[in-house]
Amino acid sequence: MSDYYSSYGVVLAVLTAGALLVAVAFTTARLVAPNAPNREKLTTYECGIDPVGDGWSQSHVRYYVYGFLFVIFDVESVFLFPWARVLESIGYAAVVEMTIFIGILAVGLLYAWRKGVLRWA
Amino acid sequence: MSAQEYAFTVLAVVGGLSAIAVVTARNVVHAALYLVVTLLSVGGVYLLLGAEFVAWVQILIYVGAIVILFLFGLMLTKAPIGRDTLDNQQRWLGALVGVGVFAGLVFLIQEAFPVQDAERFETFHATTDAVGESIFRNYVLPFEAVSFLLLAALIGAIVLARKDDAS
Amino acid sequence: MDWVGWAILVVRVAIVFFGLLISVMLYIWMERKVIADMQTRVGPLRAGPRGVLITLADGIKLFFKEGITPTAADHPVYAVAPILAMFPGFLAFCVIPFGTSVTLFGREIPFQLADLNIGILWILAMTSLSVYGVVLAGWSSGSNYPLLGAVRSSAQMISYEVGMGLALVAVLMYSGTLRMSELIAAQDTVWNVIPQFPAFVVFLIGAIAETNRPPFDLAEAESELVAGFHTEYSGIKFAMFYLGEYVSTVTVAAVAVTLFLGGWRGWWPFDGAVAWIGPLLWFVLKITAVIYVLILVRATLPRMRYDRLMNFGWKVLIPFGLVWVMITGVVVVLPQEYGNRGRYIAGAVIVGAAALATLVAPLFSHRPASEAEPGGQPEGREVRA
Repeated sequence: MSDYYSSYGVVLAVLTAGALLVAVAFTTARLVAPNAPNREKLTTYECGIDPVGDGWSQSHVRYYVYGFLFVIFDVESVFLFPWARVLESIGYAAVVEMTIFIGILAVGLLYAWRKGVLRWA
Repeated sequence: MSAQEYAFTVLAVVGGLSAIAVVTARNVVHAALYLVVTLLSVGGVYLLLGAEFVAWVQILIYVGAIVILFLFGLMLTKAPIGRDTLDNQQRWLGALVGVGVFAGLVFLIQEAFPVQDAERFETFHATTDAVGESIFRNYVLPFEAVSFLLLAALIGAIVLARKDDAS
Repeated sequence: MDWVGWAILVVRVAIVFFGLLISVMLYIWMERKVIADMQTRVGPLRAGPRGVLITLADGIKLFFKEGITPTAADHPVYAVAPILAMFPGFLAFCVIPFGTSVTLFGREIPFQLADLNIGILWILAMTSLSVYGVVLAGWSSGSNYPLLGAVRSSAQMISYEVGMGLALVAVLMYSGTLRMSELIAAQDTVWNVIPQFPAFVVFLIGAIAETNRPPFDLAEAESELVAGFHTEYSGIKFAMFYLGEYVSTVTVAAVAVTLFLGGWRGWWPFDGAVAWIGPLLWFVLKITAVIYVLILVRATLPRMRYDRLMNFGWKVLIPFGLVWVMITGVVVVLPQEYGNRGRYIAGAVIVGAAALATLVAPLFSHRPASEAEPGGQPEGREVRA
């Protein structure tokens, strides 16, 4: 158990070191970098031409569907981790269980595919 | 206090404060980011309890997927984010429901898991194996039911997304 | 822990940090040199011998550049995004064993920061967190192209993350452990790349897409999106994105080496006090080899079109990953059930599955007429989807 906490202690140490690196880098830059903002300079760069509109383009709903598919398959892969650990001890019953699970999700993927939401047009 | 208790205090305070910030933030994306902090601290609490697998699943699914889905959803909205119109003026009712849920959960958890102070951090040790054994030996049917739930959610999302397209 | 323990911890963390920074420096130089060679240019030449210090010079230059925060930007998020982009690469490296161990001051110091029980899951979790830097940078810039680039590349990253996760699961099933040190121990006779070659390919493709490297660098397709999600960034904040991107590439190469290529395993004749040098050298050598392959891929292939990228991710990589996970499951279980005979059955199952896949694959191939190519035949309602 103490091994467990000490290994996460090391992770915490890495986080601290990273924070330190960021702090040092930002402080150094603040000290040595010039800072002379003017209104022209602070406008949005976008593509070099003066920006049109308010910088908010509504994104397409298709991205949301990909996000949703991702959540579902992420949940699925999380189930795969404990499954892989107990696979050998449970034997083929576990394979059957997981095949059913993945099969049902695959139907979902197939549905999305057939409905054309995966097609980019 | 032991080191774990100090760590828990820090996590609880950070998580609690950012949870309050989630509901008070004016900007929806900021609220989502505070939610990330809250979820991370919940994950940290799981870690402290020795439920390593659950902790990282919490972070992988909630922080790495669900909040990303929220952000995607926000980017679909028409209006620029962060207007007061998002506020629906039901603060007192909301506060009441929040306090009620909190009290109920505290009561239920205290009743269901009466843990003595001493072994709070040592009792659970939910390894990946333990989780796997429990799902794939004892709770096979609920596990398969999860896949139907996910399938239903997916089909629902697709139907909604396509309807939106056609209009 | 006494003070020696603390000192050792600090030194270990510092060594890994500086090691990563130096490797990023050398890797960027190598990338520029190799690509220059392939394009018959000379590449960086002036800073240091054969230009090896070019990255350092670039980095120092970025410190002296003014950091501009556009008025339209959301200031706090705009400042946090580059930091979030930098962390996951470093954190993921925590669990990578980069050698055996060395005995100093009477203690054994392992060449690995933290040997977590859930090493593989940790890598996947860190990968999933790397999306935040991209999404938040794009959103907080308050500018159109960065937002579009961010949404695009985060959709790409999450899509390929699924495939990558499936490859990781396949390795986990084959080796039976989530812990990195045990994974390397499990590869003492044969490296995972041989029995798990399909998973290796899936992992590499996923890793390239995940780190936004060419040919999957749609995030910063300069011909269409200016510089993608970090268009509005300058100075030290831009440097953080740059650093983060290359650190994650090095980390991804290290993960590939650890999971598939036997980690630090290799031939080394010396024993005793210098025994630790060999594994370290092998590890560095293997990482360099993987990175070299990544650079060659970058130099050779043109950027993919976004629709093809997503199609490939969801219609090829993920179904293939799922099938491969199931095949691995059967292969792992069969010897358990049937003893040695199971191995032959497992072989037959793989051949059968491959044959079946070959038969089924044409059913899902593109129907040329319905493929909505730009300028091609529109197909009614579908085209608007």
